[in-house]
Amino acid sequence: MAWTKKDLLGLEYLTQEEIELILDTAESFKEVSTREIKKVPALRGKTAVNLFYEPSTRTRVSFEVAAKRLSADVINIATETSSVRKGETLIDTGKNIQALKADIIIMRHNYSGAANMLARALDISVVNAGDGWHEHPTQALLDIFTLKEKLGKIKGLNVAIVGDIAHSRVARSNIWGLTKLGANVTLCAPEMLIPVGIELTGAKTSSNIDEVLKKADAVNVLRMQFERDEGAAFPEQLDYFKKFGITEERLAKAKKDIVVMHPGPINRGIEMSSEVADGANSVILEQVTNGIAVRMAVLFLVSQAKEAKK
Amino acid sequence: MSILIKGGRVIDPANKIDAVFDILIENNKISKVAKNIQTKVETIIDAKGKIVAPGIIDMHVHLREPGREDKETIASGTAAAAKSGVTTVLAMPNTHPAMDCPKSIELLQKIINKDAKVEVLICGAITKGRLGQELTDIAVLKKSGVYAISDDGSSVDNDDLMLEALKKAKQAKVLTICHCEDKKISGKGVINLGFNSTRLGLRGISNESEYKRVKRDIELAEKAGASVHIAHVSCRESVEIIAKAKKKGIKVTAETAPHYFALSEDDIVDYDTNMKINPPLRAKEDVAAIKAGLKDGTIDTIASDHAPHTENEKDIEFDRAEFGKIGLESGLAVSIMELIDKKILSWPELIEKLAVNPAKILGIDKGSLSVGASADIIIVDVEREFILEKKSIVSKSKNSPFIGKKVKGLVEYTIYNGEIVYKS
Repeated sequence: MAWTKKDLLGLEYLTQEEIELILDTAESFKEVSTREIKKVPALRGKTAVNLFYEPSTRTRVSFEVAAKRLSADVINIATETSSVRKGETLIDTGKNIQALKADIIIMRHNYSGAANMLARALDISVVNAGDGWHEHPTQALLDIFTLKEKLGKIKGLNVAIVGDIAHSRVARSNIWGLTKLGANVTLCAPEMLIPVGIELTGAKTSSNIDEVLKKADAVNVLRMQFERDEGAAFPEQLDYFKKFGITEERLAKAKKDIVVMHPGPINRGIEMSSEVADGANSVILEQVTNGIAVRMAVLFLVSQAKEAKK
Repeated sequence: MSILIKGGRVIDPANKIDAVFDILIENNKISKVAKNIQTKVETIIDAKGKIVAPGIIDMHVHLREPGREDKETIASGTAAAAKSGVTTVLAMPNTHPAMDCPKSIELLQKIINKDAKVEVLICGAITKGRLGQELTDIAVLKKSGVYAISDDGSSVDNDDLMLEALKKAKQAKVLTICHCEDKKISGKGVINLGFNSTRLGLRGISNESEYKRVKRDIELAEKAGASVHIAHVSCRESVEIIAKAKKKGIKVTAETAPHYFALSEDDIVDYDTNMKINPPLRAKEDVAAIKAGLKDGTIDTIASDHAPHTENEKDIEFDRAEFGKIGLESGLAVSIMELIDKKILSWPELIEKLAVNPAKILGIDKGSLSVGASADIIIVDVEREFILEKKSIVSKSKNSPFIGKKVKGLVEYTIYNGEIVYKS
């Protein structure tokens, strides 16, 4: 199949085949990063703009590395240095970037739906690098890629996602991606962090971490963000670690080869103990490496779609 | 000016008429309703195959003037009304300044006298500046000519203050209209709380934030012995509460808006900010309850909650966009498609909701085609389908979720006070 979408906004909007195409393409790009000269000319002469409205180091750098390994030129725009502070609208900013003849905007935004809105307004590609609580598709794709690499398949796997599901774009993208590929997803969190109606995605919910871990082939542990301004709805940090933290004791009762993932940055001792983060089951740094291949695949495919349209 | 409307299906529920008649208009008034009127007139309108009905009375319209003339003006808003068969609107008081004192009301009345193409009735504010802190002088507002009071856009949170307002309103014989929302519950929500808010990663607004306030306002009205009108009812629990109160004999009336029976939260597929409305588009079960409430009479009237906003206020991130949509120019067509075509209401029942009942609620001598009544009449080609196009919108703002949609029921003529104010 050929890729036809100019944008990547979320995994909800993709078919199983489209997700598999990204994963397969990433597979072939992974090798590039192991070469002496880590570069292919796939996007030579193209310009990718990192437009980040929220502080982010790892995602931005990962996209930058991915674009550069495809030989694209990369421009970084952070809100602190842009005219956003002067009150320019998102669509105006996007149109200005388009007028500079850039080819792809990679955007991180604090409001849900910002990438959808920008993609509608522009002819150039928009890749969502995380929008509000909505989606973070490349994070989920790299999680799924890593999982598939480790366990050989996705279909039929029991995957647990633990943590603040309600406010997590990583969770939403993972739920869509994993369920479309046939995994059984269980969301594990205090009740107040499970959003209304989430079971309609096909995911199950539980508040018993030990029960969930027993059956899990993999566990994706979300970052707990206690600094968030969502009132008193958040449990105490220490209490959370006691009830939901992933520790060696807990893992001892899980499947021996359970894959432990985390989108980073880790709060050691809050959602996960240091021993687990650095332990044998952890694939956290492999996720970072795979992030490059997955993002190379996404940038390549969306720019192909644009070529096809011309 | 004399006008003779010939051969239309005259629907005048106030007089229990639904038959083919001619209507003669002389000296701004209806002078005769009969078969085959033969007389010399200046204008003859052939209404064969068309529906002839009293002009629509829209109890919930934001005309934005004074203060936000970039969104709408009395001139543009009433032109949009005339085009849509609306001959009377109740203008909401959340202008700048708010309609909270005689001076502001006089200012607005002057603009109305100069620019309005249809009847504009003024709704005064309940509290000064609509801030929910201090009551306006309701008796004085009444003397200045307001037809109702409301803090629309906000609810008066303080129970004692609201009770006091209802008591004063009763003394002054003025209707109180309630925007029912407990902000402590709705918070920073932007769409209905449910699977869609979860899916889109947006903060939700629960039904509870509305119906708890509906319940409170009805209880306070009962205590005060005052009449209360519940604005923009959107959820099933509110419908139940209002039905119970009516059964109990409490003086409560209620309105809903076309978007609450034509759209649901499932229509917000791609962060369309024209679907960002307060109260929000609700779940399918709520839509069904609204339709049932219209059918069984719990909901008395359909009002547009016409809320114009500029593109700058809408073409931005969903969370930052203003709440509200324009509704004057889609109201009748959407009501025909959703209520008549889907057999929820008969034509006479729809005209009751659009003209007869709002006139009764507001206590105005309109909403009928009685001989001697002011000639506010619409002629509608109900079978005529058309696409609601952005470029054909008369309102200054274009924030309609129905743009591009095929609708049915074209207003051919709007006659207000015996004059043709719109002809398609």
